[in-house]
Amino acid sequence: MDFFKVENISKRFGGLTAVDKVSFEVSKGEIFTIIGPNGAGKTTIFNLISLIYPLSGGRIMLDGQDLTGMASHRVGAAGVGRTFQNIELFEHATVLQNLLVGCHTHVRTNLVSEMLFLPGLRRKEVELRERVETVIDFLNLQSVRDSLVNGLPYGVRKVVELGRALCMQPKLLLLDEPSSGLNTEETDDMAFWIHDIRDQLGITVLMVEHDMGLVSRVSDRVLAVAEGRPLALGTPAEVQSHPAVMTAYLGK
Amino acid sequence: MRYIFKTHHRQDLQLFRDGFEASWFLLLGAALLVAPFVLGNYALSLLSFIFIYSIVGFGLMLLTGFTGQMSLGHAAFFAVGAYTEAVLQARGWPFVASAPSAILLAAAAGIVIGLPALRLTGIYLAIATMSFNFIVEEALARWESVTGGNAGMAVPRIKLVTESLPAGVPMYMLCLVCVVAVGLVVRNLLRSPSGRAFIAIRDSEVSAQSMGVNLAYYKTRSFAISAGITGLAGALYAHQIKFLGPDQFTLLVSVEFLMMVVIGGMGSLHGAVLGAVFMIGLPELISRVKVLLPSAIADQTGLNAVVFGVLTVLFVLFEPLGLFGRWVKIRTWFSLFPAYRKGMFKRQKSYAKSERLA
Amino acid sequence: MELVQVAFSGIAIGCIYGLVALGFVLIYKATEVVNFAQGDVMMVGGFVAYTFFSIWHLPFGLAVLATVAVLATCGALFERFVLRHILGQPAFAAVMVTIGTGYALRGLVTMVPGWGTETRLLKMPFSEALLRGGGVSIAMDHIAIIVTTAVLCASLYLLFKKTRVGIAMQAASQNQLAAFYVGIPVQVMHTLIWGIAAGIAAVAGILLAPITFVHNNMGLIALNAFPAAVVGGFGSIPGALVGGLIIGVVESMAGYLLPEGFKAIAPHVVVLLVLIVKPSGIFSAMRRKKV
Repeated sequence: MDFFKVENISKRFGGLTAVDKVSFEVSKGEIFTIIGPNGAGKTTIFNLISLIYPLSGGRIMLDGQDLTGMASHRVGAAGVGRTFQNIELFEHATVLQNLLVGCHTHVRTNLVSEMLFLPGLRRKEVELRERVETVIDFLNLQSVRDSLVNGLPYGVRKVVELGRALCMQPKLLLLDEPSSGLNTEETDDMAFWIHDIRDQLGITVLMVEHDMGLVSRVSDRVLAVAEGRPLALGTPAEVQSHPAVMTAYLGK
Repeated sequence: MRYIFKTHHRQDLQLFRDGFEASWFLLLGAALLVAPFVLGNYALSLLSFIFIYSIVGFGLMLLTGFTGQMSLGHAAFFAVGAYTEAVLQARGWPFVASAPSAILLAAAAGIVIGLPALRLTGIYLAIATMSFNFIVEEALARWESVTGGNAGMAVPRIKLVTESLPAGVPMYMLCLVCVVAVGLVVRNLLRSPSGRAFIAIRDSEVSAQSMGVNLAYYKTRSFAISAGITGLAGALYAHQIKFLGPDQFTLLVSVEFLMMVVIGGMGSLHGAVLGAVFMIGLPELISRVKVLLPSAIADQTGLNAVVFGVLTVLFVLFEPLGLFGRWVKIRTWFSLFPAYRKGMFKRQKSYAKSERLA
Repeated sequence: MELVQVAFSGIAIGCIYGLVALGFVLIYKATEVVNFAQGDVMMVGGFVAYTFFSIWHLPFGLAVLATVAVLATCGALFERFVLRHILGQPAFAAVMVTIGTGYALRGLVTMVPGWGTETRLLKMPFSEALLRGGGVSIAMDHIAIIVTTAVLCASLYLLFKKTRVGIAMQAASQNQLAAFYVGIPVQVMHTLIWGIAAGIAAVAGILLAPITFVHNNMGLIALNAFPAAVVGGFGSIPGALVGGLIIGVVESMAGYLLPEGFKAIAPHVVVLLVLIVKPSGIFSAMRRKKV
């Protein structure tokens, strides 16, 4: 139960409290989803966990390590990988380059060896590319490997973003609305991949999602939030039939 | 059409796409090596300037084209390199010692402006670099004891290790060696993790951070390397032009550098070189064409500026990929003939996300 | 009292900075483009006024109006026919277009017969006069600048707050999509704003002419207007003026109190400090990007 723990995290933007004392725990190998109406603070919670926003209160623990107050760029090395709601890929780079940046936490850069492209660096580069190839195989991105991202269709970009997060070899993968903008077929693929990520790669998944079908299919447990506050926690079926949740979505 | 069939990751990493491209570059190298025996002094000096400005282009391209940090202050780094070289050589230092000093001092200047600029983007960064340029220019003009102030200072003939080199061919060779070396270094940087980090910073700072890219570290590094490279160009420039004055390093010069890389083609090293060729070649071309024009359009300086400015605007409007982009399109047309499709390089119009709000 | 005179000349030059910065801010608020050519437009304004007043000998008032009209039209035409094509490209492209245009303008004015590379003198009706009182003598030029700036800003304020067109322009610059939905022709608003900004630059050029004379590098004063806009807060109209006044006074005081050479770099040191400490300036108008 203690793999990933969030204790009473809060975020205040001036007078607005976007997230108010949210707590939950995720076990290793679990697929945990956060649902809630728009503006509920779900993406803010993600931004807090991936340390893009500093916490206004509370603690975050991953695998025994306290992430609270860590610098934003260290969160990758700590084992957190994420995708973004509005795709934040590197538009003017190829898919391969995007995925290689995902491996950045596993490379130590040395200016001199880079400027001269010494054999040690060359070997490391080949190694990285081999690692990226396994991700490309996993997600069937072979056909677009050398294409520039800004010419790719939306569905493919979402997959590339997923691939980039996987290249980080994270312990905890944060997926921000993985099915938004995808058609039924692509959403099916996404569901299979999420399962494979957990089963084959052993990565714990934390998701924000609106598509209830996907949520029920894939999640082990669900947390519902509204207006920054937790409403209900349990299996998908339990949460979906919870009276407070239904009020939040449908109104009284 | 040639299709490059790769069987090993090493092929992805190599310098030239295939043997074909490598042989073109070898041919170019051979031509440049033979040039001193074929061309006159004036043409050689033009080529040397092209090499020098190509080096500046590499530096500026690294920072602006690849890391996305706009700089309107590169003339400051150019100046630091030039004056350092001039002052040290006047004291008897050989090039093998004065040039690295010029590079290091310029890189330090890059860090001086890079560090406070870390949190700045877009227009704020441009303004900060502009102001930095202004301050450096003014400081150089006031520090008369070292730089000779507004009266300027003469630059001694270059001393490589022990002896002064005669002017002309040796200087040309030195510039050639430098431009090739810098080109290789930048190319290597760009195919290594640091280079990818730079591109990541340019395209999406937020996700770059999530991938573990330390923004402060890499931005400062980019500034320092870019400034250092420009400093080396400045050092060579000092010897080539033989006389330095603060008015050679004004904001207008920074603007010209930027216009040069934009016309050449942002985002590619070839663009830097093409931009340099353009910038040196344009006044030459204009002075040859001038004799054909009515004398009403006689003013030399004015005409250069107008053509340069108008061409910048036209390139941005109609050929955003610059001269290199145009070259790639022409080359693709030939290699795909007759299968070239008109919309192949069509830009995806994307409406820029507002800098101000969500 | 020398200090008062120095302060006054600082305020006067600060008004010029404020006017140029105002042009920057107006255009930036509406289109998120920074018009690097604003100083060069000011310079062209100076030259055009010189032509109307000193070459063609039109009465002063008419010359001023004609200059503003000509420049405003040019600004509007520039937006309509050149900048429209930039739509869809990143902001950097628009900046490069303005940089290139400014560069070309500087060369162009040297090629126009009658303008050339020499410095021209634009004699204003009251150029030589001095106002004396309380032991202080202040140049009428400075007073004219301050008064004109105040009048111009008051008129702009009324335009934006009270007229329908002005309110529509404000709407278009705050949220293009919403303005479009309400039926405001956003493209036309942009053209108008560029026209107004060019007109303001023309006025600044005329006001500046007695102080710096008319020559093709006159626009480089605009370099100091950038610090003004930043200090005041780049998206804020009152900020542009306040920033201009601050920079003008700081520059004057630096020239008076500090050793030689500090006067020129004072505005730039100030802006670097502001950028480090509080980049959003006094009347901050920028917010953070949401992911």
